Amino acid sequence: MIDVHRQAFKEEAYELLSELESSLLELEERPDDSDLIGRVFRAMHTIKGSGSMFGFDDIASFTHEVETIFDMVRNGKLEVTKILINLTLAARDQIKLMLDNSDTGGGADLKESGRIIAGLRALVACEVPAAPLVEANPVQSAFGAQVTYRIRFAPSREIFSRGSNPLNLLCELRELGPCSVVAQAGALPVLEEMDPEACYVYWDIILTTDQGLNAIRDVFIFVEDDCELTIEAVAAHDELSAEAGYKKLGEILLERGDISFEEMAGVLAKQKRFGELAVASGIVTEMKVESALAEQRHVQAVRQEKSSAEVGNSIRVPAERLDVLVNLVGELVTVQARLSQTAAGRQDAELVAIAEEVERLTGELRDSALNIRMLPIGSTFSKFKRLVRDLSSELGKEIEMTTDGAETELDKTVIEKLNDPLVHLIRNSIDHGVELPETRLSAGKPRFGTVHLAAVHSGDSVLITIKDDGAGLDKEAIRAKAVERGLIAATAELPEKELFALIFAPGFSTAKKVSSVSGRGVGMDVVKRAIEALRGSIEIASVYGEGTRIMVRIPLTLAIIESLLVKIGRDFFMLPLSLVDECVELTREDVARAHGRNLAIVRENLVPYIPLRERFCLPGVAPEIEHIVITEVDGVRVGLVVDQVIGEHQTVIKSLGRAYRNSEGISGATILGDGSVALILDVPQLVQSVEAEAA
Amino acid sequence: MAKVIMTADDSASVRQMVSFTLKQGGYEVVEAVDGKEALQKLAGCKVAMLITDLNMPNLDGIGLIKGARALASCKFIPIIMLTTESQDSRKQEGKSAGATGWIVKPFKPEQLMAVVKKVLG
Repeated sequence: MIDVHRQAFKEEAYELLSELESSLLELEERPDDSDLIGRVFRAMHTIKGSGSMFGFDDIASFTHEVETIFDMVRNGKLEVTKILINLTLAARDQIKLMLDNSDTGGGADLKESGRIIAGLRALVACEVPAAPLVEANPVQSAFGAQVTYRIRFAPSREIFSRGSNPLNLLCELRELGPCSVVAQAGALPVLEEMDPEACYVYWDIILTTDQGLNAIRDVFIFVEDDCELTIEAVAAHDELSAEAGYKKLGEILLERGDISFEEMAGVLAKQKRFGELAVASGIVTEMKVESALAEQRHVQAVRQEKSSAEVGNSIRVPAERLDVLVNLVGELVTVQARLSQTAAGRQDAELVAIAEEVERLTGELRDSALNIRMLPIGSTFSKFKRLVRDLSSELGKEIEMTTDGAETELDKTVIEKLNDPLVHLIRNSIDHGVELPETRLSAGKPRFGTVHLAAVHSGDSVLITIKDDGAGLDKEAIRAKAVERGLIAATAELPEKELFALIFAPGFSTAKKVSSVSGRGVGMDVVKRAIEALRGSIEIASVYGEGTRIMVRIPLTLAIIESLLVKIGRDFFMLPLSLVDECVELTREDVARAHGRNLAIVRENLVPYIPLRERFCLPGVAPEIEHIVITEVDGVRVGLVVDQVIGEHQTVIKSLGRAYRNSEGISGATILGDGSVALILDVPQLVQSVEAEAA
Repeated sequence: MAKVIMTADDSASVRQMVSFTLKQGGYEVVEAVDGKEALQKLAGCKVAMLITDLNMPNLDGIGLIKGARALASCKFIPIIMLTTESQDSRKQEGKSAGATGWIVKPFKPEQLMAVVKKVLG
């Protein structure tokens, strides 16, 4: 369609140029003919105006210079001289040349344009700065906080005679956000004195919007000059906390300048309802009070909406206080365990009953204390939506983000620490995963790529999935890169899962180009480390050409876990209960039957086991019947051999001192009821290190 | 019935573009090549809005606005003038002649429609 317009413009421009030429030649003979000057100016003006409208920007900016000169001629500031005519004729030829070349794409000789413009400017004593050709309405990104504005719009009486309809403007305001309008008709005269074509009414408007002040000003752009317009921000949305009451009626009227301070004080002294009093004492009209009341109601409504949108009825508490509470509960759980143990040791039925009661209450207290720190993961999700939107437009991709399970709750500290790794994973999906729209179309996929983010509870952990329908992982590229980096041998045959896991190796990146988003080869290893620091795990599944799925498993909380207490010799150990599948016995005969291999047969399936006594070089002799605690890590069942299984235990995790922090296979410690220390086993790491030694 | 909008402009390409955009937006369009023709046509038919260029031969935009406001049928209709950024004084002149608003050239079809929507409601 636009081509038709361009063609129409070109035809018109050629016509104008030939007319311009003859006008200029005539002007040379009759330099004072203002009609001719007007014709030259209009021709230039039209070429410039229409030119820029149809994309002939070079012509428009060049013609602008000539037009400026002729505007001065037209206003009598400059005389028509031979030099001016010559230059203008040259300019006319130059414009024609630009038009001729516009289809082939070859621009005109810029030097020549420069010479003509310089010559024209020299005619004017002071140099005319070239006005940049700006878009009429630069789109401003006005993502801001919600602010409430108080607007008084008092149009002049003659506003109707300029064809403006104030009601249209009010409707436009309503589109910006929730808006309360009060009409002030106090100035309406009696009927016989009224001019039906004049506007006597003015309006007080309270508007809450996130579009910013400029958007409001834009509404009134045409009437600015013939109206009294005041726009004031009365409250930023953040300040609108639900607790504090909004300004009193008197204060509002005072701020608006409807009454003076003395008048307010005078009315207040009488102590009745301010509005009624103020009207009664004739300081303000009922309308003005009505309008101020509307402001009060509006702000209150906005506040109420805000507070109900956030949480029904809530108290803000600093996070540190919650941390202190959780720590105290942790200590309490430890003491309670000790109480239970002591009570069990004494044959005192009354003490046992008390201990059981305390145990029950402590359990509930622990759960609700931890619950306070739980936040829905949705708040992070919405941040990611923005990220996806910004990134995809930056990269020229069309990506839609869908989420699932935003209400899934996770410990606050976990959510915070999860933010960076998730951002990185999503960036990767957008940058490396989802293809450009054209590539997608040619691959027979929908133009819009999808990144799906889901969170779901699974046992005492949360499973977060980031799924895209992009290009998927290229196994061969990963293999080639891994070989090149010396991560694997050229001949190594790896199962898919292990091959994908290679991208978590430090310094690994298969993207050919480095973009501003990702591809510098840092990151995936950092992501993995961050997730592991949260006692979580990460896994990738991908089908080449169809998409990638990254699964992150994160424990609900970092402070207290359910665990299984076991004993080897005189030492106690803990295993996270979430990992434990079952416990079976291991007799000496079983061990003998396995011929030195650490394998047990459990319901006709072979399960490899790790004898912890040997592993940790603990003294003493194993009892006649040992126990295998069978755990499941990444879908693989591995047994851990211990002397004795004691039972479930609430474990308050204490981190190890600096000297022990890097001990392999141990993730922390806890204090038992009798004050002794039990180490918490890091089962995945333990299994990995044993596997590594065997290989 | 569709509202009628008049476009007065001596540039055929601008007229074509304005008229095409308005027709797409569901309006009927009457075209005039200068202020004189526009006034003649305004006397004969009822229009809901007028969009006029300022620089035109025979009768310019200012003259047209004054003339139109003098007509009973055009007393309260929105009148939009097309100006360029260098014509701030002309804009004021147009306003005092009775123009409702203005569009700065160059403009895009969307901008034109936004202004039409703004003043026609």
